[in-house]
Amino acid sequence: MAEPMVRISHLNSWYGRGRNRKQVLRDVSLELAPGEALGVVGESGSGKSTLAKCVLGMVTDITGTLEVRSPRPQMVFQDPYGSLNPVKTVGWILEEPLRASGVRDRAERRRRVLDFLPLVGLEEEHLARKPAQLSGGQRQRVAIAAALIQGGRLIVLDEPVSALDVTLQAQILRLLAGLREKLGLSYLFISHDLAVVYQLCTRVAVMTEGGIVEEGDVDQIYDHPRHPYTKKLLAASLALD
Amino acid sequence: MKRKNWYLTIGTVLTACMLAFTALGLFWTPCVPSAMDAAARNAPPSAAHLFGCDAYGRDVLSRTLEGAGSTLTIALAVLAVGAACGLAVGALCGYYGGPADALIMRLCDAAAAFPSVLLALVVLAITGPGKYNVIGALGVLFIPSFARLVRGEFLKYRDRDFVKSARLMGVRDMRIIFVHILPNTWPTLLSGLTIGFNNAVLAEASMSYLGIGVRPTEPSLGYMLKDAQGTLFTLPWCTVFPAAAVVLLILGVGLVGEGIRERMGAAE
Ligand SMILES: Nc1ncnc2c1ncn2[C@@H]1O[C@H](COP(=O)(O)OP(=O)(O)OP(=O)(O)O)[C@@H](O)[C@H]1O
Ligand SMILES: [Mg+2]
Repeated sequence: MAEPMVRISHLNSWYGRGRNRKQVLRDVSLELAPGEALGVVGESGSGKSTLAKCVLGMVTDITGTLEVRSPRPQMVFQDPYGSLNPVKTVGWILEEPLRASGVRDRAERRRRVLDFLPLVGLEEEHLARKPAQLSGGQRQRVAIAAALIQGGRLIVLDEPVSALDVTLQAQILRLLAGLREKLGLSYLFISHDLAVVYQLCTRVAVMTEGGIVEEGDVDQIYDHPRHPYTKKLLAASLALD
Repeated sequence: MKRKNWYLTIGTVLTACMLAFTALGLFWTPCVPSAMDAAARNAPPSAAHLFGCDAYGRDVLSRTLEGAGSTLTIALAVLAVGAACGLAVGALCGYYGGPADALIMRLCDAAAAFPSVLLALVVLAITGPGKYNVIGALGVLFIPSFARLVRGEFLKYRDRDFVKSARLMGVRDMRIIFVHILPNTWPTLLSGLTIGFNNAVLAEASMSYLGIGVRPTEPSLGYMLKDAQGTLFTLPWCTVFPAAAVVLLILGVGLVGEGIRERMGAAE
């Protein structure tokens, strides 16, 4: 088997200092293979976003092993209103990652942005607009393009479709699935929505209270949940449908 | 459904008029402002002297034009010093936080606890009067309020997702501060600048009025008012016109600031 894209073992993490120091992740172990989409599900406050932040190096108070093989892993956030700079144009937002990775030539950046647009279903005319002049779905496409354009292979997605309505969700999920195949991406996909995870992911890890209680192939977990918490989560999700 | 923003409209027109008036004074005055015409002593407004003449026979219009130019220049210079330093301090404190931020903000609180004009008085009592001393003293005293304003804005933005995303992409901190965050804070800073400008005009005028601002030979609206206070009732035009210049300038800029705040409120 190829070397994993992400290898986490016995990871603990804390927020705060001194008396307020509070442990969130407890003995988390995970592997994410190249080209794989791993879903992380669990109720609110279970530590899903914290796990994402650890992988991206945004939480530093940790113990255990954390190996990430992709340079510059990127994140796609839940709210495309907050993740795009409101005063910049889409063109600027997409060129900025290239500027940051040292592409000095303006024409070269422009060309790479233009080449990238069809991959995420955007048009050249969108480049001159500010985020406020785009629909929610278009904004999330811009956010996805900005995360991918540096060429990193690992993308962490924290509830990337939760802020969108159901038809848009399906569109964006299809887009993500297609991109993973075309570009050979690995996804760490955080969601509280089991149905969404089922559509996109190959494997799933179930989190509660900062720990992973069950992990395996999507079909296996959804059809034969073993841990009582997973059963509860599935039952709750079925009740919603 | 766009409501007309009257504050901004009127304020802009008024400010533009006052700026035009002031700019005119930099290039042209009807008489030499300091020339004393013995024949025109105490002359009321007339075709020859639109704003009348003072007790020495100096043309009030010329002196108001020149004084407005000087007062405006001083206010802008004070603003430049205060805003530039305040911006740098506030942006770094707000973005990085930590113990240095806490310490600097404590210092700003302490400085803000004194009325700034009073502090400027003390400084000028030591350095002596003069245009550059006024600019230096007021400029430094304006730093804390700008720093506080800018810091508040940076606190608001530093944890936004677009900033986190820029960090993940490897954008350098200085670029995040000045290229990613700063443009988002312009409306607030602009409205703060209008308040700062007005405070600077008033502070310069008050200090010159008290006789510790500019030197008697340097023009200033505040100093004109000081000169005229003995003849307020006999030669009212000596007081009314420079006072009106101060008031209209402040009013115009103040309305612009109010207009910007209204527009920001509407945008949110
Ligand atoms: N910056 C922070 N400082 C202190 N505590 C935090 C911070 N961020 C999260 N927490 C706490 O850590 C715990 C896990 O939070 P986390 O955001 O990882 O949950 P989550 O599973 O992503 O929840 P949700 O589904 O609501 O997004 C929560 O109890 C939360 O209050
Ligand atoms: Mg979360």
